[in-house]
Amino acid sequence: MNPEQLRFTDTHEWVHLETTAEGKTIATVGLTDHAVEQLNDLVYIQLPEVGQQVRRGESFGEVESVKAVSDLYSPVDGEVVEVNQKLTEDLDPLSQDPYGAGWLIKVQVNDPSQVEQLMDHQAYQKMCEEGM
Amino acid sequence: MTYQQNTPEDRQAMLQTIGAASIEELFAQVPAPLRLNRPLNLPEPQGEMELAAHMAQLAGRNQAMDRWVCFLGAGSYDHFVPAVVDYIAGRGEFYTSYTPYQPEVSQGNLQTFFEYQTMITQLTGMDVSNASLYDGGSAAAEAVLMSFTATGRSHRVVVSRGVHPEYRRILHTYLENLETEVVELACPDGTTDPEEAAQALREPSACLLVQQPNFFGSLEEMEQLAQVAHEHGSLLVVVVDPISLGLLKRPGQYGADIVVAEGQSLGSPMSFGGPYLGVMACREEFLRRLPGRIAGQTVDRRGRRCWVLTLQTREQHIRREKATSNICTNQGLLAIRAAVYLSLLGPQGLWEQAELCLQKAHYAARRITEHDRFRVRFDRPFFKEFVVQDRQGRVAQVLDYAWQQGIAAGVPLGRWFPELEDCFLVAVTEKRTREQIDRLAQVLHQAP
Amino acid sequence: MRNHRATQLVFELSRPGRRGVRWPECDVPREEPQRLVPQRHLASAPPPLPELTEPDVVRHYVNLSTQNMSVDTHTYPLGSCTMKYNPKRNDAWASLPGFAQVHPYQPEPSIQGLLQLLYELQEYLAEIGGLDAVSLQPAAGAQGELTALLMAAAWFRDRQKELGPRTKVLIPDSAHGTNPASAAMAGFQAVTVRSNARGLVDLEDLQAKLDDQVAVFMITNPNTLGLFEPQIKQIADLVHQRGGLLYLDGANMNAILGITRPGDFGADMMHFNPHKTFSGPHGAGGPGAGPIAVRRELAPYLPVPVVVRDAEGRYRLDYDRPQSIGQVRSFFGNVGVLIRAYAYIRTHGPEGLRRVSEDAVLNANYLLALVKHFLPVPFGDRCMHEFVATAQKLRQERGISAMDLAKRLLDFGFHAPTVYFPITVRESMMIEPTETESKESLDALAQVLFRITEEAPELLHEAPHSTWISRPDEVRAARNPVLKWTPQENG
Repeated sequence: MNPEQLRFTDTHEWVHLETTAEGKTIATVGLTDHAVEQLNDLVYIQLPEVGQQVRRGESFGEVESVKAVSDLYSPVDGEVVEVNQKLTEDLDPLSQDPYGAGWLIKVQVNDPSQVEQLMDHQAYQKMCEEGM
Repeated sequence: MTYQQNTPEDRQAMLQTIGAASIEELFAQVPAPLRLNRPLNLPEPQGEMELAAHMAQLAGRNQAMDRWVCFLGAGSYDHFVPAVVDYIAGRGEFYTSYTPYQPEVSQGNLQTFFEYQTMITQLTGMDVSNASLYDGGSAAAEAVLMSFTATGRSHRVVVSRGVHPEYRRILHTYLENLETEVVELACPDGTTDPEEAAQALREPSACLLVQQPNFFGSLEEMEQLAQVAHEHGSLLVVVVDPISLGLLKRPGQYGADIVVAEGQSLGSPMSFGGPYLGVMACREEFLRRLPGRIAGQTVDRRGRRCWVLTLQTREQHIRREKATSNICTNQGLLAIRAAVYLSLLGPQGLWEQAELCLQKAHYAARRITEHDRFRVRFDRPFFKEFVVQDRQGRVAQVLDYAWQQGIAAGVPLGRWFPELEDCFLVAVTEKRTREQIDRLAQVLHQAP
Repeated sequence: MRNHRATQLVFELSRPGRRGVRWPECDVPREEPQRLVPQRHLASAPPPLPELTEPDVVRHYVNLSTQNMSVDTHTYPLGSCTMKYNPKRNDAWASLPGFAQVHPYQPEPSIQGLLQLLYELQEYLAEIGGLDAVSLQPAAGAQGELTALLMAAAWFRDRQKELGPRTKVLIPDSAHGTNPASAAMAGFQAVTVRSNARGLVDLEDLQAKLDDQVAVFMITNPNTLGLFEPQIKQIADLVHQRGGLLYLDGANMNAILGITRPGDFGADMMHFNPHKTFSGPHGAGGPGAGPIAVRRELAPYLPVPVVVRDAEGRYRLDYDRPQSIGQVRSFFGNVGVLIRAYAYIRTHGPEGLRRVSEDAVLNANYLLALVKHFLPVPFGDRCMHEFVATAQKLRQERGISAMDLAKRLLDFGFHAPTVYFPITVRESMMIEPTETESKESLDALAQVLFRITEEAPELLHEAPHSTWISRPDEVRAARNPVLKWTPQENG
């Protein structure tokens, strides 16, 4: 996925929306390359199960490095419809391709307008630079 | 100033470097009104020689089990400790080191913990072990807390009254401020009734907590208890006696999910209750919920095999309020003692030790009950401990009489079990000789 | 001399048929085990433990021990852990059969010497803490915290009418991780209070968070930066005005023995760490002990038993305390550790304990004065018993981290300070020399530290160089946990 077309939370998740043939809105959620870099050497990830409800701004999982734990926060309200199970076996896709093979979960979104309130790529970049 | 190094000249030179006029000045941060303006009200200091006499005098006023013959058990046992255990654990490099935060200069501790963990899994038949908790009782409480997060059912637990009464009390204390119902199962016949357990587990519960052999020394029907726990989606948490596992089925064989134990039996003195060793092992799937330190194997930058503290994100120093437990300082030295003890025993040694306990306990039960004043209270198989009933109901007098004859004959049970007011618990380890057991029986038979 | 061949695991040394313990023949009439215990309870074979002789076991573990640094062998300035000299006499006394061979359920008249010792230790700790009543039961500082918080919960339950429900525990951001973890275990919500630019509790933030739901404010004083909170009395007053209780994490008592007392500066409850302050040993990670002291009003909630003395001077264990929270650990507590604490206090007396703190504070300030020129200490020129330096500047300018410095120190025969704690300081190094180090060893430590900061970064990144292993791969250990030896994996 091209990061420039994504939206971002201030907790370093990205989200991408698409509409299915049945007209449902599905959000793909991942962690930004900036966050992955900050956490360096990821060792473990805990993801929700399909069917679980997530809420915007609330934790849906955790990612761990050797000496740090970070919550993963959902950018949207909705129901988890798919989980990137491969990551629980091997975290390399998340480290190497956080915007592609390293996606985390897909959520069927209740209110797509929630995404519009999030940062665009430029604003996110700016936030990261200021935070350094 | 017994152990300090600074001479008056040192102090002067150091203050000069600091740029302070006096030591007093260094405490300027402590506001004057908060200062203690008198000496602490404590006894005056004593040198090694005087204090040695005082300590010997205090110790001498205790009638310890080096002079009394010990048939006391109930969670603390007079097992034999080979001299090697004290020798190794007394090595200053173990004794005066701390938590292995720097693995390069802590391989001794880390490798020993790794070996300890392995031996605990060999002993229990479980997948993984931590590097120790405080004691058997708080380990049982930690195991129950673990079952909450593992099952998502924190509102209810089912506990057998065959679990050590102090362990149950600890559990109640730990859970007092949480909204958890603790349901206790009576053990009227000396063991937990699997049907009663099934009944209690009908309402969703995090775990079934039982002890094997239980507090009365009796053997529980573990396969059945495991089955009913699992049928109801609850975990089976078991408190075991490590020595019994030389002979008895291992918890991994009958389906336990979390196993805890009092590890004092593994090479540590009774020491009036501590320091002891909290043993904890579990199935692989609960690994990330395990409290306490864990040593793990890896390689260093040159590819050499070595060991580190691992999975630290479970712990309080990283996860803080979301940690699996608040434990920090553990019982490392006692874990080292256990590792040395088990390496000395080996499979054959542990098997024989367990069998000696079994044989001697049964011999003691036969001898004691030769007098019809006494009977073994529960008609259940037992390992090294059993409940004796005094049909004349004078337990205090009997035990006191035996004590006067130099025999610590048993632990009275009325304190925890009013219905067993006329009973006491007798433990027989490999250390007890036939002569001592005969003497115990004789003294009990003569008791007023 | 260290034996580099000795890196095998005990399991790899095992040979079938070897053994280290030989039991006597069974001297009672033997029955077949399955006649005593039904077959269904019996294992088919004993556990697969390693098989070694006594000489094997001794050589193996003695060689392992030589791979550790320890207080007996090295300067060990591990901040927050108070790695002071462990007096050998205390170990000898704790091992006397009259203490070590006592069963926890012996009758009270048979253990009067031990009960006297424990009773007197309760009194000493109350006096040192400036509080009224003591429980010796908790097994470590963290369990002391939990115990006190459970007592606070019970205290507030009994006063719910006047004080309302109390669900929160406030904790400074510089606190030990045990504080929030204990709060959560006791069923409270842990709320973080910020530190200000001087490393002290931010009073504004405290006031903002101090509402009618706060049960306890847990404070470490001196705090983890080695600073005494000069406004501790105001803090205590604020907490008390809101009906809350003040808990003191006593990890840093080594700085203030006989100088000031937690009870006098407003604490209602506290724990001691006898393995730190009263010279424990630390035993490869424990045992410690975590006795707690509390104000009179809280005494009824202490765990049972408490040692009491009756009018005739007899000592007994008091279990009859209806408001007690119960028990947090089986039996009495970590008695072996408590005996050593007793001996330590008796060895020093009132003046001696004060001198312990004076020299601990002097040594820390001296070391601070020696290192601050090349290793900045962000929170000032003075400290109590420890201080926190930062390698942030070195990191930015030369890519040298606190971890690099820590690892390189090992090459020079010093244990590393605590690094990356407290979490409020970047690249932190928490240094606690203790009072039992000499001026010469502090001079040497400072010299080595300085020399290291001048070394080439590449050299430091790969340090230590003199140890058998260097920079273990912790990522690998955590990603694919190998937590026990198995014949297959280790061949």
